[in-house]
Amino acid sequence: MIDLGRYATTVLMAYGVSIALIVGLVWQTVAANARARRALEEHDRHG
Amino acid sequence: MSIWKYANPAQFMRTTDGLLPWLVGAAAICCTAGVVWGFLTPDDFRQGSTVKIVFLHVPAAMMAINIWVMMLIASLIWIIRRHHVSALAAKAAAPIGAVMTLIALATGAIWGQPMWGTWWEWDPRLTSFLILFLFYVGYIALWSAVEDPDSAADLTGVLCLVGSVFALLSRYAVLFWNQGLHQGASLSVQSGERMSHVYRYPLYLAMLGFFLLFLALLLIRTRTEIRRRRLAALQAREMRA
Repeated sequence: MIDLGRYATTVLMAYGVSIALIVGLVWQTVAANARARRALEEHDRHG
Repeated sequence: MSIWKYANPAQFMRTTDGLLPWLVGAAAICCTAGVVWGFLTPDDFRQGSTVKIVFLHVPAAMMAINIWVMMLIASLIWIIRRHHVSALAAKAAAPIGAVMTLIALATGAIWGQPMWGTWWEWDPRLTSFLILFLFYVGYIALWSAVEDPDSAADLTGVLCLVGSVFALLSRYAVLFWNQGLHQGASLSVQSGERMSHVYRYPLYLAMLGFFLLFLALLLIRTRTEIRRRRLAALQAREMRA
């Protein structure tokens, strides 16, 4: 286990916030892309 | 072969279709490896374990500025040559840039609290970064507010031009005003080695990872915008028929 010493909360908070923001951005990007592709496919199917 | 052939949405979709899986894989590997390697580096003799924050803070700050520069180039291409893909690429890049700026601001505040004794200071670099973040938010809001996509691209292009002053200011603020809390560049070609190789190599990898992550997300988001634009065009054609 890595010993972060007295700054453990600071380091973990920085990593936690950054990873949460990146994961959120990736999730939103992938979900929006899937929605747009589905909508276009749906439109093409129904003419 | 001309670069302008990628301004054709169909050609752009075909090319990026094959490129994306490789880009996503490379971004995931480099990002994870850079950040994990950075997390495992030894403590700094002055800053203790807080030095590990540099592997998120510097790549995010670097991307925050460079994404705006990329948006400026894409906007200029739209304004001069009227290529829709470039306008959509600028639109697609903005939320990524906003998140990168937010990461830089948040990690900077978290890092600054134990090192400077304050979460926030109206320091030139911090202030110019906050303004850059507000420009990103304004840019995204302007795209949503204008209904006609071509008018929105024109107006956001002008906003992008104005915001570029703050993007440059964010980069060089430390040099202009030598009175802030924020230190100078961590990595500098002119000033030689300022950082031990123990930290430098994982930092390079994290920077590469963030750059590849941006490229992968940019391509996916631009493809999303192209699909939305196509669907809107098809629906408008049906309405007219």
